[in-house]
This record gives sequence, structure tokens and C-alpha cells, in this order.
Amino acid sequence: MSPDLLISGARLLDPRADLDGPGDVLVRDGRVAAVGAPGTLEAPEGAETVAGEGRHLFPAFVDPHVHFRVPGQEHKEDIATGTAAAAAGGYCAVIAMPNTDPPIDAAPVLGSVREIAEREGRVRVEFLAAVTRGLAGRDLTEMAELRAAGAVGFTDDGLPVVSAGVLRRALQYQRLCGGVVALHEEDPALSASGVMHEGEVSALLGMAGIPSISESTMIARDAQVAGYEEARIHVQHLSAVESVQAVAAAKAAGVRISAEASPHHLLLTDEVLRSDQLHTRFKMNPPLRAGHDRQALIAGLRDGTIDCVATDHAPHANHEKEVPFEEAPMGTTGLETAFAALHTGLVEPGVLPLALIVERMTAGAALFGLPTPRIAPDEPANLVLADLSAEWEAGESGWESKSENCCFAGRTLRGRVLLTVADGTIAYRRMEVAA
Amino acid sequence: MRHLLSIDDLERADIERILDRAASFAEVSGREIKKVPTLRGRTVVNLFYEASTRTSSSFELAAKRLSADVVSVRSVGSSVDKGESLKDTVQTLSAYDPAAIVIRSPHVGAAELVARWTTASVVNAGDGKHEHPTQALLDVYTLRQRLGSLDGKSIWIVGDVLHSRVARSNVLAFQRMGARVTVCGPPTLIPRGFESLGCEVAYTLDGLPAADVVYALRMQHERMQEAFVPSLREYAAVYQIDRGRLRPGQLLMHPGPVNRGVELAADVIDSPQATIVAQVEAGVVVRMAVLFELLAGGHAPEVAAAPAPQPAEAAA
Repeated sequence: MSPDLLISGARLLDPRADLDGPGDVLVRDGRVAAVGAPGTLEAPEGAETVAGEGRHLFPAFVDPHVHFRVPGQEHKEDIATGTAAAAAGGYCAVIAMPNTDPPIDAAPVLGSVREIAEREGRVRVEFLAAVTRGLAGRDLTEMAELRAAGAVGFTDDGLPVVSAGVLRRALQYQRLCGGVVALHEEDPALSASGVMHEGEVSALLGMAGIPSISESTMIARDAQVAGYEEARIHVQHLSAVESVQAVAAAKAAGVRISAEASPHHLLLTDEVLRSDQLHTRFKMNPPLRAGHDRQALIAGLRDGTIDCVATDHAPHANHEKEVPFEEAPMGTTGLETAFAALHTGLVEPGVLPLALIVERMTAGAALFGLPTPRIAPDEPANLVLADLSAEWEAGESGWESKSENCCFAGRTLRGRVLLTVADGTIAYRRMEVAA
Repeated sequence: MRHLLSIDDLERADIERILDRAASFAEVSGREIKKVPTLRGRTVVNLFYEASTRTSSSFELAAKRLSADVVSVRSVGSSVDKGESLKDTVQTLSAYDPAAIVIRSPHVGAAELVARWTTASVVNAGDGKHEHPTQALLDVYTLRQRLGSLDGKSIWIVGDVLHSRVARSNVLAFQRMGARVTVCGPPTLIPRGFESLGCEVAYTLDGLPAADVVYALRMQHERMQEAFVPSLREYAAVYQIDRGRLRPGQLLMHPGPVNRGVELAADVIDSPQATIVAQVEAGVVVRMAVLFELLAGGHAPEVAAAPAPQPAEAAA
């Protein structure tokens, strides 16, 4: 735990705490001790004061979808670098995916990564365990034991649960063990060998396309299965207009379904492959789609069809990405740029209000049963101080992540995280707020 | 011009300049000594990651007729087979200071990547299903020889458009030269959104008689991982160009190699309407002109004024 901390005069913004105005926040013993009007709180003996004037203070963000590559692929990322990236992006907690090597499909594996996370993590790391053994889509993992060992839910992310029968069984078993089942929705018979969105740009480039219906048809199917079993599912990384419609229809029908979208799908389209050349940092699954898909995601985020923002932070080593586009692995990093990119691309142009972005960047916590960060007395101190007018080029001074495959690399972003407090500890700080 | 990566990078005037130069090289080809000294002392690397007969041999001949030293690297028997990455291979070959690297790859964007990793000029000799710009240039050259101009002409490209880099480059090139293009083939072999390239899309040959030029594509069995058409028999029944479907006066083109009896009937392949052999002949002079454009005709003013090609002395 860091020493006590007074953040003075920042513009406080926490939609859930009904906070939107200048104020002081005092952190003592790792908790928010007081929230007051600017200039009203005094730093106790030995406390550090950070000048918040002209800056914004939000509840720290929670990302329900990251890949930290532990165990087995530590050359791409590890817990220390992954959580450093998270802290630099303003996150106080993340949920890591189980598609590791070996996959997190048994309690001993989960136990060991949780131990590493406890030891090396700069912010809280929770884990989803696999739905099926070896992510093979056939036999259920020991879901009850995995839950008891601390899994917040289940997913075969990276892969769909292709068999509706297997998914149904997992959802039935959820009645025993609880835990959200999170779904990477993709019908492999439709996505086939596709490497990018199927549309005009793939037609021009001659690359095999991944049609948007490969995602939406699976969402529709799985929502029906979940509705039938009265189960709780979460749809990962929505990318297409048809998918937003499928989630909206399921919600309207009363299915217990939630959904996330990534900053890259909210901000970029397949046109970048036409204009920015075939950089493999734009290769991810699901792929960047067309303009009308992006607009539908924004509308879905606005009206709540999409509950939260998730980065799907997917690091890869340079030598793995420096190959022809069709050969490259899927994935872009996102933790360090998420807020700045959304602020630059959606808030500044007036597309979405800042408060909504802050709400959606923290909403992932509650969906998976984690505490929602709040700026309120007695709450654990999970805070992010940002300078919304700071302009920077993404990647200009390197990355906290081990990987450089960020789809926003080289772009000029406005809005920069200066300080992240995660569970009472300063997890990240920039020079501007040096002690 | 530094690289030739895509037809899209060429204006109509660029295409005309390159093809005019190709025509002047054609005169040299008629002489006993077919070499010109333009690229003497310079090195051209041919890097082929896919089987190719006509493209690789014509690039090699083109470079040699310009007096360049030629190194040909094929994926079979090279360190490429030992798992060396494209980047490492290109950096290794770049150490020989080549003036140009000609690359054929099964992957879209490979030529663009190579251009990022080398100071040599890069020529795209086919990147996956994306583009094959020198094929498009030699096809335009062939049509200019036969028709004079492509302005206002109707060109039908028939067959497996989905797997065809030739189709993509040719739609762009033919349209840039003033032609109207229709692509025609089974709906399963026409990519969604293809009309955004500016061409018409048809699924039957009903409108074929109105075409001035019929360009049949090769059915790319080797690129197909699944059945896109029920059978080649049915494909041939609906889309094969035969004497009954080819109207007198129409030109018939094909990039080769032909699947006899599939996309073309035997009776049209050898007809005087077919330009297939002329296309192959054009390959060498057009590729000479491309190398000349990139290595001797381009950006540096002092060589821009290079003299018209002359037969080399016997010593060359």
C-alpha cells in the first residue's frame, strides 16, 4: 500500500457516484477517506499531494478481456508486463483469458497463475477458466473445482464452443457452479480460412474474408440456448451490426446476456487495410469491419446493448507479426491506448459523452462479479487521474507491454493517464505527477 | 517510380510510357543479338516462393536482355525451405546490393513487405490472390497491339475470379486504359463486394456476345481448399468458352497455363482469335520495360534522359 494521498482540485467524474465537478479526494490506508469541494481537504502528515487542477479523476477502469500469455507464452507477455500495461492505461483490474499453453483448464494451472498474479501483478488479475478441456470443444472442464479455485467464469476465447450441445451442458452445469460463460462467437464453417472482414476491401485485396454472419448466427443460436436454460452468458468482442441486433433481440426476449466491444472495433474499420497498407497490427479476430458495423457498435454502446468496453489485449512478439498478413497471428494490444483512443475518437468529436465512456470502461467488473470501482468514501481507492488535453503519439516512447502490435501505434491521441491507483497502491505514475 | 507493387499505383500515362518502351524493346527482340547494355553491372534477384514457369522465365530473360546479373532463388532447395523468414531472406539477399528484387509469393502483400525491408526496387510478380501487375501490363500491351486502343472496348473476364490475382490487376488496368469490364463466373467464385472495383458482375454468359474481348481465367484447382462448384463438368457446361460461345471478331485471352477442356475448349485455344502465345511473347518485353522504368527510366534526372535502347556490342 502506498502512503496516503491527496488529489486536489481535479474534475471528479464518476457517473455511479453522481460526481461531476471539481473536488478533492483523500486516500488513507488504501481507501477513499473523503471527497470534498476543492480546497476543503487537507493532506495529513506524511501524505503526498498531487495537483489535480486541469485534470480529470475517474474511477479506475476494469478490463474483462485480456491475454497475458501465462503460462507458456511469456515471450509475448507476462503478468508483470501485462499489468504494467494495464496500470499505464488506467486499469485497476483485468480478467485474463485461459487460452494459454497449457490452457487454464484445471485447478492446478489456475492456482499457479493466480499465485503469479498475486506476486507479480501491479493491478488485480482475475481469470476465466476454459469451458472445455484443452479448449477442444468436447469435454467440460471441472467447472465446480475451477470455481472453487477462483475462476470468475468460463470461456474458450480464441475459439468458439462450436457444439451447441456442449455449450448447453456447460450452461446447465452453471446452475451448480455459477460463473459467467463468456463466448467468442464464430461459426468456423463460415469464417473458414478468412483473415479479414469480408467486404469490398477483402475483394480488392484478394484475401479470404470472415463474414459478419459467422459471428451473429452463433450469437443468435447461443442466446436461444441460454434463454432455454435460463443461463447467464456474456458475448465477447462484438464486431458487426448483425451481432448488435442479435444481442438486442436476446435482451428484449429476457435472456441474461451481456456484451462487450473493443476500442479497435469502435474506432477502426477495414478501410485501414486499404489506406495504411497491410500492417499486421490490424489483423485480429474478429476482424475490423465496415463503417456501418462500427456505427452500430457505437450506437449499441450508447444505448446499453453493449454493456462494457473490453480491449481484448492480445500481445504477440515482433517476429511473429513481421510476416505476410495472411500468415500473422490474430491480435492487437490495447490496454495502454484504450482510454486515450476512445477519448480522441468518440468523446472529443462529440459522438459519446465522457461519462458514458467512463461508465462502460468500468462496467465489466460487475458483469463478472468483481467490485465496481467508485469514488466514494470507504470504497477501496481505485482511481485514475488523466490529462484530457495532453497530446501524444501512441508508442512514441515505447510500451509497458512486451509487445508492440498495437493497432493505434503512431496515431496522435489526446488524453493521457497520469496516475493510476489500484486498490490503494500507486500502480502507475508519469513524470508530470512525480512524487 | 521506385517499385511496381500494384496496378493501382500506375496512372494511364505511366502504363502508356511503359508499354511504348516495351514496343521499342520488341524491335530489339527481332534482332540477332537481343541484348541492350542498360543494366550492365547491376543485379536483379528473382525470389519465387511459388511454382511459376512463364513469369519466372520471362523475368529472367528480361533482366538478362538488359545485361543485368540475375540471381534466381526458389523456395525449393533454398534456406526458405529451412524455415528462414521472408524478412531474413530479403535482408540476406539485400546484402548483395541488388538493383531490383522480383518477388512471387503465395501471400497477399508480400511485395509490399519486401519493399519495406530493402533499398532495392521491388517488382510484384504475384502476391497471393491480390495482384499480378506485370501480367496486366502484358495483357494491355497485347490488346494495344491488336486493337490499337482499349478506349470504349468491352472486356469480359470469365471464370474463377475469387482465386485470381490476374482478375484483380486486369480489372484495374483495363479500366484505367478506358475499357469497360464485366467479370463473370459462378456466384461462389466471385468475391462479395467485387463490383466496388468499378466493374460489372454477371453470373451467366448471356451478355458475352457484346464483348470485344473475352478473357478466360484459369480454374485454380491448386488454390481451392473446398468445392466451390459442384463439378468441373458443370462448370464447363455453363462457363467454358468454346466455338459456339466465341463470336467471330472477338479476341480470346488467357493468362496460362490453360486447363484444356475446362475453361477453354480445345477448338478455340488454337484459333487465330486467341492471343495466348502473343501474351507470352509480350511477357519478356513488357518486363524489360518495367525493369527499365524502375532502374533506368525513373526518378533520377540524369538517367531519365537515358538514350533509347541500342543493341549491345558483342562484348556485352
